[in-house]
Amino acid sequence: MTRTHISATVNGDPVEFLSDAGATLLDALRDELGLTGSKEGCGSGDCGACSVIVDGRLVCSCLMLAAEAEGRRIETIEGMADGSVLHPLQRKFLEHAALQCGFCTPGLLVAAKALLDANPDPTESETRYWLAGNLCRCTGYDKVIRAVMDAAAELRQVRV
Amino acid sequence: MSDFLDRSEATLDLKVVGTRPVRPDGADKVTGRATFGADFAMPGMLVGKIKRSPHAHAAIVSIDTRKARALAGVKAVVTAADFPDLASEAYEAGEGAANLRDLSLNCMARGKALYDGHAVAAVAATSSVIADAALDMIEVTYEVLAHVIDVEDAMAPDAPLLHAHLFTEGLEAKPDKPSNIAQRNRLTRGDLEAGFAMADVVLEARYTTAAVHQGYIEPHACVAAFGADGQCQVWSSSQGQFMVRTYCAKLLGLESSDIRVTPAEIGGGFGGKTTVYLEPVALALSRLAGAPVKMVMSREEVFRATGPTSGAVIEVKLGARADGTLVAADVVLKYQAGAFPGSPVGAGSMTALACYDVPNFRVTGFDVVTNSPKVAAYRAPGAPIAAFGIESAIDELALKLGMDPLALRMKNAVRDGVKAAYGPTFRNIGYVETLEAIQNHPHYTAPLEPGQGRGVAVGFWFNIGGESTAAVNVGEDGTAVVVTGNPDIGGSRAAMAMMAAEVLGLPIEKVRPIVADTAAIGFSMLTGGSRTTFATGMAVTQAAQKIVVDLKRRAAQIWEVGADQVDWIDGAAVCLDASKTHPDLTLAALAARSARTGGPIGAQVSLTAQGAGPGFAAHICDVEVDRETGHVTILRYTAAQDVGRAIHPAYVEGQIQGGVAQGIGWALNEEYIFDRDGRMENAGFLDYRMPVASDLPMIEPILIEVANPRHPFGAKGVGEAPIVPPLAAVANAVRAAIGVRMTGLPLSPPKIRAAIDAR
Amino acid sequence: MSELSYLAPTAAEEAAAALAAGGNLARALSGGTDLLVQLRAGRVKPGLIVDLKRVAGAIGIREENGGFVIGAATPGVMVGEHRGLARAWPGVVEALELIGSTQIQSRASLGGNLCNASPAADSVPAMVAARATCVIVGPSGRRTMAVEAIGVAPGRTCLTAGEFVLEIALPTRAARSADAYLRSIPRTEMDIAVAGAGVNLTLDPEGVIVDARVALGAVGPTVMLARDAAAALEGARLDEGALARLDEAARAACIPIGDKRGTAEFRTRIAGVLARRATVIAYARAKERG
Repeated sequence: MTRTHISATVNGDPVEFLSDAGATLLDALRDELGLTGSKEGCGSGDCGACSVIVDGRLVCSCLMLAAEAEGRRIETIEGMADGSVLHPLQRKFLEHAALQCGFCTPGLLVAAKALLDANPDPTESETRYWLAGNLCRCTGYDKVIRAVMDAAAELRQVRV
Repeated sequence: MSDFLDRSEATLDLKVVGTRPVRPDGADKVTGRATFGADFAMPGMLVGKIKRSPHAHAAIVSIDTRKARALAGVKAVVTAADFPDLASEAYEAGEGAANLRDLSLNCMARGKALYDGHAVAAVAATSSVIADAALDMIEVTYEVLAHVIDVEDAMAPDAPLLHAHLFTEGLEAKPDKPSNIAQRNRLTRGDLEAGFAMADVVLEARYTTAAVHQGYIEPHACVAAFGADGQCQVWSSSQGQFMVRTYCAKLLGLESSDIRVTPAEIGGGFGGKTTVYLEPVALALSRLAGAPVKMVMSREEVFRATGPTSGAVIEVKLGARADGTLVAADVVLKYQAGAFPGSPVGAGSMTALACYDVPNFRVTGFDVVTNSPKVAAYRAPGAPIAAFGIESAIDELALKLGMDPLALRMKNAVRDGVKAAYGPTFRNIGYVETLEAIQNHPHYTAPLEPGQGRGVAVGFWFNIGGESTAAVNVGEDGTAVVVTGNPDIGGSRAAMAMMAAEVLGLPIEKVRPIVADTAAIGFSMLTGGSRTTFATGMAVTQAAQKIVVDLKRRAAQIWEVGADQVDWIDGAAVCLDASKTHPDLTLAALAARSARTGGPIGAQVSLTAQGAGPGFAAHICDVEVDRETGHVTILRYTAAQDVGRAIHPAYVEGQIQGGVAQGIGWALNEEYIFDRDGRMENAGFLDYRMPVASDLPMIEPILIEVANPRHPFGAKGVGEAPIVPPLAAVANAVRAAIGVRMTGLPLSPPKIRAAIDAR
Repeated sequence: MSELSYLAPTAAEEAAAALAAGGNLARALSGGTDLLVQLRAGRVKPGLIVDLKRVAGAIGIREENGGFVIGAATPGVMVGEHRGLARAWPGVVEALELIGSTQIQSRASLGGNLCNASPAADSVPAMVAARATCVIVGPSGRRTMAVEAIGVAPGRTCLTAGEFVLEIALPTRAARSADAYLRSIPRTEMDIAVAGAGVNLTLDPEGVIVDARVALGAVGPTVMLARDAAAALEGARLDEGALARLDEAARAACIPIGDKRGTAEFRTRIAGVLARRATVIAYARAKERG
């Protein structure tokens, strides 16, 4: 099978990789670029564990062909911290014990970041509906929601 | 061995246990660096995939793998012929005994496919695309047989038979015909007939539940490498690396010492990863191919071919006096086991009446094989199902008697000194305290609007102890590493470090826990049964205590005083001899002088933990039902539980909230739906409907601490009890909201609407 | 093993030619939220994927002749951000926005939803009620069709080889007009509609309904225009009698199947409930615009 050459930007860095036509962006991130932070939970866009941000929009990377990444700007969980300084969302998840097994956590964090970029002051309901595409089986979502809203509060103070 | 609880509560001054430090694996998990089963890679790694039966029940007439083996890029193809044909043997390696022959046949079918999705062959190839093509080239000839999935259909005398040599065990006389009923168990007390004769009110009802899946977000995954010298490495996401080692050894005819299993971070298990599906197959492929093999399940495979829990029928007959005293109970449980015997009906039977002091009862359980995936453990296995029946019936009884549902439960509540329905006498239990906690909680009396309803339910889980090994090693700078062999599925590794830190008197940042592979730590029973904080925590605590004894000895040696003249306080040796003026020796100071005081500082403890404290839970649930659409909204949920002592309160809260969420999903929308051919119709997260964030409110946990004196810090297992009450708590709330008793789960909108229309 | 190719043409005619050349092994790709799921499940095995997203006109929203023209591959999140569209057609916008999660919304499109031809597609009843039309590009040129003519059976459209939908047009909005869409799902999000109802109304200055369109989803092999249900509303004010007649007519129009998502009886019942509730919302919105 002929493989296509793709050039894109991932977490601010230019990258190049080869992919089969039928491979997804998730496959490319994990297998070609070694970025295994994004996870496959279902392969059908129903669990959000593969969430990344493409050109500023939150997407399931399992529902994008790798070929569609040509020329796009992609942000994954690996780019969320600033070097070794954790993003407030990452810190709040740890403080609030908003993770147990941690498998859904990268997807949740990316989705939460996209939320706060779009809406810096979400209500509990808005937060829950925004994150409805990120399945978590361990936490029952309670501490996740608290962590996101606490991070939102902290980010609002910094901005002021 | 309970130094901390020997002191009275007034002097109990815990510095680390009971606080909420950030989890030690946290930074890796929030940055995506943590390595789960599918994240691992080895050089030269091949992709392994499984060919699965499309029939729910079929004889395998022939399997022709020649074309597949000839395809370029295919390095190995295996069928049952490549595995030893094991005799039937019960072996304890997981949670309870497994039949090794059944386990082997479940991993790779031999002669018969017993469910849609049953593995019949496997390939290893240089790419995923080639592996898929090879699977298509394997020609399997089946003779399709009639299948049976519903539990009562499978019990019928004329049902299609799964196993020609399965005769019901546990009956008075051995039957002369095989059947799908693998076992009948029975628990009795007193005189059932006399008991019912005393009753002023008798309630009889039948309840049903559907098969549900644990729903962990991470599919099963492993990498296996069979070395040229017969030494094997397995990297696997499982609840027990020793369990994986033992099962691989038994299924492939290998020595345990030739297999080294490293536990990956695990993306959820809830009991579903207490067995093996992929690892023995991956090793078999690797042996043939001479290269490592990676196998990762798709979500569809997880649903079709791992281990959901039973669908069931629960028949309840309760007798009570007019004042609410229970006088008799007759319970029948019929549980699906899936393709091979081994449903959790035994545990369901033992827990069904555990919260109630009933003088006369009979609990009968049937373990029934069905043409569906072999069931595996799911968080308090068997108990939520039985509790759904009992707690719904108790709720109905309360209505019949005109009694408050909590008052009815309080009247019949088990307490210290009461003999449990399953045998032992209860000691140091906190059940009544959980009832009081929810009775006194503002939730219980908060006003409700029309269309809303409130339900309560209680639950029980034994929690277990079992074998654990832990090592604590002190570094030359006085910091410590805690080594255990239990995969961390809920935050246990943090609790291990906290307990060691408490004993050693170190701040938590100076104690790092790791979960080691099978070659690097002594044996531990797997992570399950809510045992890790209790049993492995006990081993950790004892190891740390041994180190403290040793540290005191070293200080005594340095100070030239008797060992009884040294105490260990806040991480330092303190000289009690008033005639000497020695400054305290910190752990760091002693570590620096270890070579001259006896050598490296460390201890390992192996034990079988006894005295696990059972968990009791009491829940309140408020719902609102849209009578026109049948949609149920969970408005509010409060969950009280006796946790013994919360080592890390945030993780205990998390266990309660997570278990409640799973129970709500089980109650409302989750179910295995099979078509007429016995194939699962909803093998994906679109139509297998688990709760999403917008489906749930905040879940308020109430931690009741009635210490377990058998654990150094008073801990009881907490992970499983939370999933037991929600099924009935939700159903009882719906009953209150719509005035109709729903006796079958899940309470999906079409069923609610139909029930309202039928009134 | 079949080879799979991917093309991302920039001109509509180029896309049509590529699709035609690929025959029944070619598939058009919009947001990918249906196609990639089908690809992964092995339900489709295309030889060629033609990505429409770089075709001129496929993504974007413009106002034209008092109406709106929406590129067929425009993701839901962009549609939702367009103030004018949300003001004029809240029903169409909310229908599209109901599909899936936030992640899905970044990709799912009206064109993809329409051409996947699921009878349960959320945006289609709202588009049908709105009298939406679509511009189809094919090897022999362009044509315009009503949206309700596209889906002919579950998973099948009337499009021939090489044809794809480039744009969807919403007509000029009359005064005192508004639409609404509701669906019934078991959870609060993430489910395929068990039934859906799109209602579009125009009122006269006295609040009498002078024009009504009612379209039902997931209760037949395609999304269906329920003419009798609309007739039950026309000439009436919104009173209990009109709503009861609407409910009955909506239910009578249903020819659903029972499946893993709902029984036929339930779907029919709910269709009536949703038609009623959507009518109430559309009516209130229309009155606000009076």
